Amino acid sequence: MEIVNFAHGEFLMVAMYVAFFAWALAGLDPLLALPLAVAALAALGWATYHGLIRWVLGGPMLAQIFATFGLAVFLRAGAQFLWGVDFRVVQDPWLGGRVALGPVFVGLPQLAASAAALVAFLGLWRFLARTETGVALQATAQDRQAAALMGIDTDRMYALGWALGSACVGVAGALLAMYFYVFPDVGGTFALIAYVTVALGGFGNVPATLVAGVVVGLVEVFAGLLLAPAIKYAVVFLLYLAVVLARPQGLFGRW
Amino acid sequence: MSRLLAIVLALTLAVPALAAAQPREVVLGVVYPMSGPAAQAGVDNKAVFEIAAELANGTADLPFPFYQRLKGMPGLKGAKVRLIFADHQGKPDVGQAEAERLITQEKVTALVGSWHSAVTATMSQVAERHGVPFMNPESSSPGLTRRGFKWFFRTSPHDEHFTQVMFDFFRDFEKKRGVKLKTLGITYEDTLFGADSGKVMRELAKKHGYEVVLDIQYRAKSTSLQSEVQRLKGANPDVWMPTSYQTDAILFTRTMKELDYNPKMIMTQDAGHISPDFIAAAGKDAEGTMSRAPFSTDLIGKRPVAQALNALYSKRAGKDLYDFPARAFTGMMTLLDAINRAGSTAPAAIQKALIATSIPGDQLIMTWDGIKFDETGQNTLVKGIILQLLGGKYHTVYPFDVATRDVLYPVPAWKDRK
Repeated sequence: MEIVNFAHGEFLMVAMYVAFFAWALAGLDPLLALPLAVAALAALGWATYHGLIRWVLGGPMLAQIFATFGLAVFLRAGAQFLWGVDFRVVQDPWLGGRVALGPVFVGLPQLAASAAALVAFLGLWRFLARTETGVALQATAQDRQAAALMGIDTDRMYALGWALGSACVGVAGALLAMYFYVFPDVGGTFALIAYVTVALGGFGNVPATLVAGVVVGLVEVFAGLLLAPAIKYAVVFLLYLAVVLARPQGLFGRW
Repeated sequence: MSRLLAIVLALTLAVPALAAAQPREVVLGVVYPMSGPAAQAGVDNKAVFEIAAELANGTADLPFPFYQRLKGMPGLKGAKVRLIFADHQGKPDVGQAEAERLITQEKVTALVGSWHSAVTATMSQVAERHGVPFMNPESSSPGLTRRGFKWFFRTSPHDEHFTQVMFDFFRDFEKKRGVKLKTLGITYEDTLFGADSGKVMRELAKKHGYEVVLDIQYRAKSTSLQSEVQRLKGANPDVWMPTSYQTDAILFTRTMKELDYNPKMIMTQDAGHISPDFIAAAGKDAEGTMSRAPFSTDLIGKRPVAQALNALYSKRAGKDLYDFPARAFTGMMTLLDAINRAGSTAPAAIQKALIATSIPGDQLIMTWDGIKFDETGQNTLVKGIILQLLGGKYHTVYPFDVATRDVLYPVPAWKDRK
């Protein structure tokens, strides 16, 4: 779509708050709150497109960057204003504890989160590759004018893209809320790694992002375990730099 | 006629000059994390700073001699104290810019801040360059008072005092319970606070004959601490000694539970582990966590000054006084006392008054022996205590003579907890 959402981390924060409040106010486990978070975030994405992005799409690149960046600051400050600065945690989610995979322990919430992320990925991939709307969406992403000439309602596709992208964050937020604390700045912790992952795989390539995600995760854990925990992110970013220097389009990127 | 004009002219010029000599306002810059990962510290401190300013302005009251003396700032003939709050977001560069702005544009008399050791370091450099007094109520990196600064004053103990208390505790505890603690695992976050704390722990462990079997520095803003906990579990030290801010403290506890790591004793370096958010978020999972501290909420009942302040604070902040606001208040009152004795907002006069500070321990809300600065600007009359989280609250467990509870040891394994 040729536009990077710098408020992606803050969308994640909103999704986590949705899951947290569903638990705190209605006693809903994050797993049950997942559809709620997905719906809320899809609505947020749709509203962001219509309220903000649409108006800057034709503008210069800088305007687009600042628009989403401004949105990020607004959401973060808004969250602090409304919900305060406290760290909140969902106590005793349904999924807790760990499973032993041979000699390795894996946290059950993390395992469930990975499984759900895989399901979400398969769903998204199938939708993009196999349905007419999905193909139309990809066409719009590749060339907006050409897509419009083919009779695709690009405005609708953009809105759909934003709603879909945000809904995915909704899935992530609800799952993360099972084992991660929530506070207004939580998005920043994940956003940078998320951009690196997407750029490493190649923008616009969904399966590549999955592979890149696994690579980043493995590098992070092994660097922490075998080298020093203090530099585990340095290793991740080093790998990213090496890849984009050799292949600016990312590992599997086409453009 | 021309003489009369000259007199009138001289008078009109002289009147504002006289007024300027007697300041009507004392403007203080207060810089804390009001947003970002440690925002809670700044937001909770703001309430106590406002109370401090009201005490000085005579609109609030603490019925103890030291605070009565300050009421209405008699030394400055009733000048009003005005606080300008600024947010450094936990970032050293932002803190530096704010210090610059407050000094050059807002023309503050002194700066107070700023929780994070790394931010205090950059901010106090600006203050030193401009010759403006800097009051630091809580940053615990020992190096801060070893830079040869002339305008930097710290009321709180630093990590050497604190860490020494931990090792004193180990010694006395081993004697009392007949157990032997031999190995330590230290983990610390990667800013100035963690790095210095880790260094002090390493040194003291060597000095007191403990073996450090694991020594890791980690990213404070990690999204996962799996590998760190795996390594702890592998090394399995007798005591795990983390130095963490809020976010990483919460994540450590969650990850330990998931990976079934059971340290027998957890001795933490305050900060993240003592914040109410950590207690609320980690809940019963953090049972048995110990921390050094200069103050404990369960001592409020034993100290009349703390009790009186807590009555004001809890109404405003919606929570009881705890370590952060307690230290913030102590630092701010020390500064206000010095300004009052200086009788002026001239930096040199305040600096001189700060050096001459002598506040007796019974007037403090802390359990310290008092406040007196040495030539480096460090308060020499500090004392640390050891707390343990029991039943969702921190209780004083050491020194044994002021303890309100017995030490829970070993911390029950995850499988044995309800």
